[in-house]
Amino acid sequence: MTAMSMVQALNSAMEVMLARDPRVVILGEDVGYFGGVFRATEGLQSRYGAHRVIDTPIAEGGIVGAAIGMAANGLRPVAEIQFADYIYPAYDQIVSELARMRYRSAAAFTAPVTIRTPCGGGIRGGQTHSQSPEGVFAHVSGLKVVMPSNPYDAKGMLIAAIEDDDPVIFFEPKRLYNGPFDGDPHKAAESWAGHPMGDVPEGHYTVPIGKAAVVRAGNAVTVVTYGTMVHVCLAAVADLGLDAEVVDVRSMVPLDIDTLAASVAKTGRCLIAHEATRFGGYGAELSASLQERCFWHLQAPIQRVAGWDTPYPHAFEWEYFPGRLRVRRALEALMQVSA
Amino acid sequence: MTRIESRLHVPEVPARPGEEPDFSYVRISPAGAVPRPPIGVAVRETVPLAEDLIRVLDDEGAAIGPWDPKLPPDTLRAGLREMLLTRVFDDRMQRTQRQGRISFYVRSWGEEAVSVAAAHALRTGDMLFPSYRNQGLFIGRGTPVLDLMCQLLSNTRDMCKGRQLPVMYHDATRRLFSISGNLATQYPQAVGWAMAAAIKGEDHIAAAWVGEGSTAEADFHHAMLFAKVYRAPVVLNVVNNQWAISTFQGYAGGEQRSFAARGPGLGLAGLRVDGNDFLAVYAATAWAAERARAGHGATLIEHVTYRAGAHSTSDDPSRYRPKDEFPAWPLGDPVERLKKHLIGLGEWDDTRHAALLAELETEVAAAWKQAMSFGTNNDGARLDPALMFDDVFKVLPPHLEAQRAELEAELAAARDAGAAT
Repeated sequence: MTAMSMVQALNSAMEVMLARDPRVVILGEDVGYFGGVFRATEGLQSRYGAHRVIDTPIAEGGIVGAAIGMAANGLRPVAEIQFADYIYPAYDQIVSELARMRYRSAAAFTAPVTIRTPCGGGIRGGQTHSQSPEGVFAHVSGLKVVMPSNPYDAKGMLIAAIEDDDPVIFFEPKRLYNGPFDGDPHKAAESWAGHPMGDVPEGHYTVPIGKAAVVRAGNAVTVVTYGTMVHVCLAAVADLGLDAEVVDVRSMVPLDIDTLAASVAKTGRCLIAHEATRFGGYGAELSASLQERCFWHLQAPIQRVAGWDTPYPHAFEWEYFPGRLRVRRALEALMQVSA
Repeated sequence: MTRIESRLHVPEVPARPGEEPDFSYVRISPAGAVPRPPIGVAVRETVPLAEDLIRVLDDEGAAIGPWDPKLPPDTLRAGLREMLLTRVFDDRMQRTQRQGRISFYVRSWGEEAVSVAAAHALRTGDMLFPSYRNQGLFIGRGTPVLDLMCQLLSNTRDMCKGRQLPVMYHDATRRLFSISGNLATQYPQAVGWAMAAAIKGEDHIAAAWVGEGSTAEADFHHAMLFAKVYRAPVVLNVVNNQWAISTFQGYAGGEQRSFAARGPGLGLAGLRVDGNDFLAVYAATAWAAERARAGHGATLIEHVTYRAGAHSTSDDPSRYRPKDEFPAWPLGDPVERLKKHLIGLGEWDDTRHAALLAELETEVAAAWKQAMSFGTNNDGARLDPALMFDDVFKVLPPHLEAQRAELEAELAAARDAGAAT
């Protein structure tokens, strides 16, 4: 085991796969010589060559389209879209092509592509470097959609994504790249060193796609969350001294509804928290699925905490971000309701 | 064993850190050598103009050849002043970012002529669609640097009301469109604006700018196609500053073929211009504008220049290119070249230049002080956070009204908690 940041863990996953599987190639803007704007591919081109770690033109549609063609011709491309905010020029390739290649050709052609992309706010990125569009992709049939919340999961899930025979959209909460973040922007940045999930095996291992993780056990209320919000929710729960169970969804598609529903059935209360906008967001799917399974166990309506339904404003980052205070207020209100 | 035999062509980068700068790949025509055809010339006649390099200023600073726009000294001095103001403003804002006063900045160091000369060559009624490295267009059109600074600070006088990342300005009064952080998205929009001008029977034209890296985006091609099909009155500019963050222009398709050549390839006139030559940029822009206004269609202009600084304050170019490449750049420094020309004309001297520089530094420092009085990132007056709900729609819908009330309750709770401790 080695102490790794999330960026190092992702780098290690790609290194492991480049070494193990000659079909694996990496492509994206600035990923080669430079090693990526967040350093996720640092050193990979010098070790594996410019033919396997490929700098591309600034053309997200081209990156994904080419990755589909490479995958159809036997490679295992890992495409980086530099910011999730810049994925939309590739939307047609992802939705109309990548997601449906297996289906429309009755499995005669498949496209096992992994698309890595940094998402989320908290870095003063404004509306073009802060979005969380996981719900937009979770809504598309044929895509696996995941988001790790720590280095250990990041490496294991990225290896699982690369080995998966279906396309995976791999969201990386960039605020967590270099350390956990409990929602307090005024505190000195923490590092992953010393965090239990910052201890990462150097070799090959997987964290299966489609499995949620109970990151804190409890009986009073279930908090269902993922990405950066896992850490924010853990801090809010600690602030309140609540006997809360916190579940990290990790995989939006496929969803581990059994783990989530078992927890909600046990506690009878559920708060769903994500950074993405609320209206029509992924939280709505979680809420509906849990209500269908757990209605007779619920002691209060399922509640959601999310980003406001506005673009992500530069100057009001922390008023926009669903921080600890918003989570605490929602939990307090939720605990006061009795059926 | 992990290396595979590959026949893939990978573009060759001329020089990496620790190596000598190598600009031998830049094809340069002598000043004055490229002919200037009439504005109504057939697209195919511009093929050589899209591969050669239109230059006016020679190495001695003299203006020569058919593209010399023969500008009056007052215009040249105004251009020099605005380029220098752009540079002084950039340097100051770069420093304030380093001090934590603003979150992000993008300098246009070395590329000032591309924007400032174009601002002079186009009419005030023409609509400009800048990229995020075209601050010279704002300065050339007279947007006060105070307004730009207030945007950078997201303060109470910010034109964007705190919603945009620094440098994503707009100035509706001076006809400068809202800048997008997404690349090349404004290119087809500029074409649409120009199509509307044609539909409405106006003689305004539109102009748009992208970097050479952004020509890879599909929107670049959409724009050229629409401009060609409808003969839209638009000037499409590619600022080839050689680098897209860490990616050399060869990765945008610049190897062995100019970006300007894509114009004639798609049926538009193409011009390849020395982007560090104020007079050449002015002359090419004026030619293309006149051609568009006369109904002969759009022009793709490639401005050959060099990104002297980092991509942005988040970038470190010493990781991917030799340090101190700019002095080796064969097309020189646009400010120094125009200064030399004016001195050669007897219309300028070093004393006046030093005085101008000092005056601009004072002006920028005073504007900065004033801008900070309207609030900064860290202290002073602040925009009301509830403003974030305005302008999502023209009329606030009920769900956003509820969220705004929720935010206000949250802020009140935070204030109470703060008061309690």
